[in-house]
Amino acid sequence: MEQFNSTVFGLALIIFAAAFGISRIAQAAMEAMSRQPEISSKIQTAMIVVAALIEGATLFAIVVAWLS
Amino acid sequence: METKAAESNKEDEPFDPAYMIMHHIEDAHDFHILSYTNAQGEKVDINFPLPVILWHNKGLHFFMSWTFRQPESVVPFGDTYLRLYHEKIYYTDSDGTILYNENGSIANSKPLSFSITKNVFSLFVGCLIIFWVFGAAAKRYSKRGGLAVPKGIQLLVEPIILFVRDDIIRAQIDKEKADKFTPYLLTLFFFIWINNLVGLIPFFPGSANLSGNISFTMTLAVISFLAINVFGSKHYWKHLLIAPGVPFIAKIFLIPVEIVGIFTKPFGLMLRLFANITAGHIIILAITAMIFIIRSFAVAPMTILLSLIMISLEFLVAILQAYIFTLLTSLFIGMAVNEEH
Repeated sequence: MEQFNSTVFGLALIIFAAAFGISRIAQAAMEAMSRQPEISSKIQTAMIVVAALIEGATLFAIVVAWLS
Repeated sequence: METKAAESNKEDEPFDPAYMIMHHIEDAHDFHILSYTNAQGEKVDINFPLPVILWHNKGLHFFMSWTFRQPESVVPFGDTYLRLYHEKIYYTDSDGTILYNENGSIANSKPLSFSITKNVFSLFVGCLIIFWVFGAAAKRYSKRGGLAVPKGIQLLVEPIILFVRDDIIRAQIDKEKADKFTPYLLTLFFFIWINNLVGLIPFFPGSANLSGNISFTMTLAVISFLAINVFGSKHYWKHLLIAPGVPFIAKIFLIPVEIVGIFTKPFGLMLRLFANITAGHIIILAITAMIFIIRSFAVAPMTILLSLIMISLEFLVAILQAYIFTLLTSLFIGMAVNEEH
């Protein structure tokens, strides 16, 4: 059995949480777009901005996990 | 430029995918094109030679990088010696000793290097493409006038420029101030996009991991940091440093967070581009390395299919990252310069 690698475990947790967060944003944005198709481009921009913020926090955690 | 590897290639030498991938991801002093085994069983590498430019003894020194590829690998240089070790140039003695300090990092000093490395070469290729495409388009506009029906290369660039200007820049920054930032943000968008695309070409003039290089993304992030904060309005700085209308207890926590936020925004921009492009290169190479790990032609169709899918995805990522970098920069600029609503 291979040794338990805490970095890889941490990375898996990070990816799990980030995917969950971004999928919630996407879900909410899709629902909003189907209700209000005329402002879908605005919703899309807001969705990408929030997803990028989550991604930024994720990347920060990945870098910390990698360096430690 | 052909160089023969010092030791002959052994057939049973184990293939190390991690080494191959890291070697590709990092910058290099020569551009590796291909390697093959000749009739004598020697491994021959074909490299595109790149110049090494060093600052030493108050003078610039030029020589070609193949000097480092000779079997002895230690290059006499004035009163001292140079050695290329893991693609970095170190001062050393006549035996080429590399000293390590107690935490395992290399203790040899390095000369100040302005070398045209693989990434710098790739940057030049990207810039040439940008000058060629946009120079041709600009010439047409100056000859035909801005309001004439677009023709030729104008048809390619005009819709993209208009999309960036109207849907990214003017949507985030107040109209009367947006025009001041439009040249920078348009340059940012096309510079990142075209360099991402050049990095995706899998053979010689492309393939360098330029936009997945942390120094490259850091330079862009520093310029964006200056663009955000130098042009920040009085209103922006007042809300950041004094936070009017917030209770005193909250101010103690809020103001340090806001000040840290100035730096984390461009830091996030830097890491996002770096991590996305590097991850893309690593995934494509790892899929390709599967053939050499499994050592069977049977996996080749699956690998080719997977690479094709990944490269198509990377084409999307190339424009998406350029879009996000430009969008977030203009959003932060908009937060800093927009008037109070």
